[in-house]
Amino acid sequence: MIGEDDVRHVAKLARLRLEQDEVARMTGELARILAHIDKMSELDIADVPPTAHVLDVVNVTRPDKPGTSLSRADALRNAPAVTDDCFRVPRMS
Amino acid sequence: MTALDPLRLTARVAKRLLVDGEISSAELAKVYLDQIAAVEPRVRAYIRVTHDNAAKYSTKVDREMQALRGPLAGLPIAIKDNMVTEGVTTTCASRILRDYMPVYTATAVRQVWDDHVVMLGKTNLDEFAMGSSTENSAFQTTRNPWDLATVPGGSSGGSAAAVAAGEALWALGSDTGGSIRQPAALCGVVGMKPTYGAVSRYGLIAFASSLDQIGPLTRSVYDCALLLQHIVGHDPNDATSVALPEPIALPDAQRLDGLNVGIPVEYLAAGIEPGVRARFDETVSRLEELGGTCVEISLPHTEYALPAYYIIAPAEASANLARFDGVRYGHRCADPVDLLDMYERTRAEGFGPEVKRRIMIGAYALSAGYYDAYYGRAQRVRTLVRRDFARAFADVDLIASPTTPTVAFEAGSRTADPLSMYMCDICTIPVNLAGLPAISIPCGLSDGLPVGFQLIGPAFSENRILQAAHALEGAIGFAPAPTFQDSGAAAPAGARTEAPA
Amino acid sequence: MTAWEPVIGLEMHVELDTRTKMFCACAVTRGDAPNTHTCPRCLAHPGALPVVNQRAVEYAARIALALNCTVRPRNIFHRKNYFYPDLPKAYQISQYDEPLAVEGWFEYWVGDEKLRCRINRVHMEEDAAKLIHAGGDAGRIAGSDYSMVDFNRGGTPLIEIVTEPDIPSPEAAREFLQQLRSLVIELGVSACNMEEGQVRWDANLSVRPQGSSELGTRTELKNMNSFRYLQQALDAEIPRQVEIIEAGGRIDLETLHFDPDTGTTTPLRSKEEAHDYRYFPEPDLVPLVIDPAWVQELRRAQPELPAARVERFASQYGLSRADALVLGSSHALAAFYEEVVAQGAGAKPAANWTMGEYLAHLNAAGLEAGRGHVTAERLAKLVKLVEDGTVSTSAGKDVFARMIAGRAEPEAIVEKHGLGQISDTAELAAIVAEVVAGNHAQVEQYRAGKQQVIGFFVGQVMKASGGRANPKLVNELLRKALGG
Repeated sequence: MIGEDDVRHVAKLARLRLEQDEVARMTGELARILAHIDKMSELDIADVPPTAHVLDVVNVTRPDKPGTSLSRADALRNAPAVTDDCFRVPRMS
Repeated sequence: MTALDPLRLTARVAKRLLVDGEISSAELAKVYLDQIAAVEPRVRAYIRVTHDNAAKYSTKVDREMQALRGPLAGLPIAIKDNMVTEGVTTTCASRILRDYMPVYTATAVRQVWDDHVVMLGKTNLDEFAMGSSTENSAFQTTRNPWDLATVPGGSSGGSAAAVAAGEALWALGSDTGGSIRQPAALCGVVGMKPTYGAVSRYGLIAFASSLDQIGPLTRSVYDCALLLQHIVGHDPNDATSVALPEPIALPDAQRLDGLNVGIPVEYLAAGIEPGVRARFDETVSRLEELGGTCVEISLPHTEYALPAYYIIAPAEASANLARFDGVRYGHRCADPVDLLDMYERTRAEGFGPEVKRRIMIGAYALSAGYYDAYYGRAQRVRTLVRRDFARAFADVDLIASPTTPTVAFEAGSRTADPLSMYMCDICTIPVNLAGLPAISIPCGLSDGLPVGFQLIGPAFSENRILQAAHALEGAIGFAPAPTFQDSGAAAPAGARTEAPA
Repeated sequence: MTAWEPVIGLEMHVELDTRTKMFCACAVTRGDAPNTHTCPRCLAHPGALPVVNQRAVEYAARIALALNCTVRPRNIFHRKNYFYPDLPKAYQISQYDEPLAVEGWFEYWVGDEKLRCRINRVHMEEDAAKLIHAGGDAGRIAGSDYSMVDFNRGGTPLIEIVTEPDIPSPEAAREFLQQLRSLVIELGVSACNMEEGQVRWDANLSVRPQGSSELGTRTELKNMNSFRYLQQALDAEIPRQVEIIEAGGRIDLETLHFDPDTGTTTPLRSKEEAHDYRYFPEPDLVPLVIDPAWVQELRRAQPELPAARVERFASQYGLSRADALVLGSSHALAAFYEEVVAQGAGAKPAANWTMGEYLAHLNAAGLEAGRGHVTAERLAKLVKLVEDGTVSTSAGKDVFARMIAGRAEPEAIVEKHGLGQISDTAELAAIVAEVVAGNHAQVEQYRAGKQQVIGFFVGQVMKASGGRANPKLVNELLRKALGG
């Protein structure tokens, strides 16, 4: 059963700032959703292989040939902050 | 020039008019731009209408008719705003991408642009394609032109509503758990999800990578096939895209002799409301009148498909949406104290509640200690769902079901309970899990609102589906057009405010 | 008092020298202006999708085969999820429990001893972008005001080689990495340039009582690219762990920071909880199924590896193990040496000259073997001139010094500067006679029994002959002239 500590932990993993009331509400919502999802545990499926890809395709690769890169202007076009042609981010603490 | 009715015009007819010189591309674009001006304040299907582009490009098509020819040239189209379009902001209906200007164009869009369509604009959706009503859009709620108090469905609600409201000749949407078919059903238009891999996902802002597909929303099955022809194909930019074994053919079937259609008992048990069931049964009768044979089949793991989907899709989404971190593009919170603050506040401010819920479920399902119980298990259930379909298709050619359990519901009636919203997709989700193609066509009205009929086929059976749908469409002869009525805030008697049990 | 032994495991990350990145067609470059080799994929724009670089798979397989690994019949990619500014997707496409190759081994020498280290796995992934910390103290993270990201490097193909904890000492760790690096360079898949960070390693170390087979808790050193620092760090970490254990404490699984100035290792303040990478199979990529015929072909085309070449040098050229290691480990030097011998120089003298004067010259000039004016042909000629007595060894060194500067052939230098050794008996005898005649006192000393005085005479003859007298002949003639 998912609790508020779990929710806070997962929010940290997902880099989502949740206020306390959000944590409480989210816990309730996720608990209800997960309860529904737990229906799957009825099934005995230990020997059923998982599907990671629905396609029966393998070995899709590309040759080692350079293509067109973005101009620097395009690369930085949407950047929230730029310094010396680099993307600027605040310091890690 | 005869007055064209944007609510009824098909691409097939419009193309003939263009070719015959009865209308110019600019005039055709204007028909839709005028309709947008007339109804958009009520329908709100578009996040952005590209008026100038539409006017200029349609004029260019007229001017360079010789060079800019082809089956799609001059035909106005709307594009769901989760496909990147270079030079036109693409938002995914999210605050986190409110001002994002793409530096490249999605392959499927590029393909239709290269065929000289006239883009009318980018349509509204549930944020990051997560939802079944388009109410999760950060910017606006789209309304169903059949009853403006109701939802158009989602997540491609904007595209479906635009086509239904005559605000576009046709549109592109995307389908991860039913996001083309369900809104198509609720809006009384045709919507198709191709086989997984048939259309390139390059440039489709990813929700669930192993489930997403781009597909058409149109006013007729013929139009659907025509548009589909132009978006399929192997794309070297998408390692999961494949070439179709046979090209898409424009359908012309009028009979269904020899066609075996299976109807899964589990789908009919899934809380289908009476009006929807009635229309479905009538359509099954028509199918048989056309020479088809309908039999009951079983897809025994159907009830586990929704739980599996609500692990797999959020898990993949939690990773796909992690790139929205304020570093390289999109929203960044003001005055971040440090990096962690920037990440957490940017994403808290940028994502809506449904997106956050799904990211949380996804991250939880993948987290240490839970992988086997949730994600691992869901992937195995997925195998069982695929096997169910494979076994069924050994006996039948197609599978039929209602597209959704209910008709369009009142806006706001399901937003308080996420699970009730998830139930909209109970008949559509298994198809995505199995990667199969499926179409929804309007098959009648119930309480004045459209009902959708779904046909599902084996992988790469698009032509079989299109032929059957085309024949059925002819027999159904769905005639009504949306009235833009508004049943208002007061719930009428028998209003559908609760999800079926 | 317990005797402790260290148990070390290593991970080496190698950036491949493919033309394009692992999952996109941007060029792999070094030193170009920031953010000039990016695209929607390696910038992780919405909607972008990865596509695998075929050559990177081939290079990875070559490394795996050279390490005697089993290339698995099928491998897939996984997403490794975490947030960092140099990771644009907030996940790295890597490999997890179905990697390219497993279960190999690598033999390497520490001194005269040949050791074997088991290889756990070889897998493919993509490199992170470059993060530059500004403000604060000299580019370190702590105390910096902001950071800047250059995505040119982001997406470069990266091969991870993981060993079992079979490394028995810090010195062995250094040797292992140096020799593994030589191997990778030999394969032609990466220049393994250290300054550019093309090769980095992590080390983990634990201690246990000597003779025990249990493993203690390990600590980790991450992202090093200096052999020297690695060895120093491990040397510092062993006593630190021993001290804690002997005091009754416990080692925690931690990442360490090594300070080269103080030579100490300290656990990093844990910035956050240990990463939960939430691995799951990469849905945007399809599995790679390996064709055994292709693997056979790669095996066939594999060049002679350093280990085999060192063995061959020892036997073919009669070299000591130590000499064979010096000459045979790296491709360029080995090729140079073999060419010198092929040009007619004797194996042993060629070895001495190559390991001596030539190697010193390379180090001083910062050159790679085979480069510069001292070609193998020229060195071979010089070696032969010394061998056949035309020049003395010391004059030969003079010739060598001049060869470095210009393009002249050794014979020409000898002639031009009159460096030829005098080996004419008559000529030398005359000089000897003169020297003997002019130094009665020393003659008496020698005849009185002080044999070592002959050195004085040799020196005098050398001086009189401008250093060109053939020392062997001079000795013979002196003994004859001095008698006895």
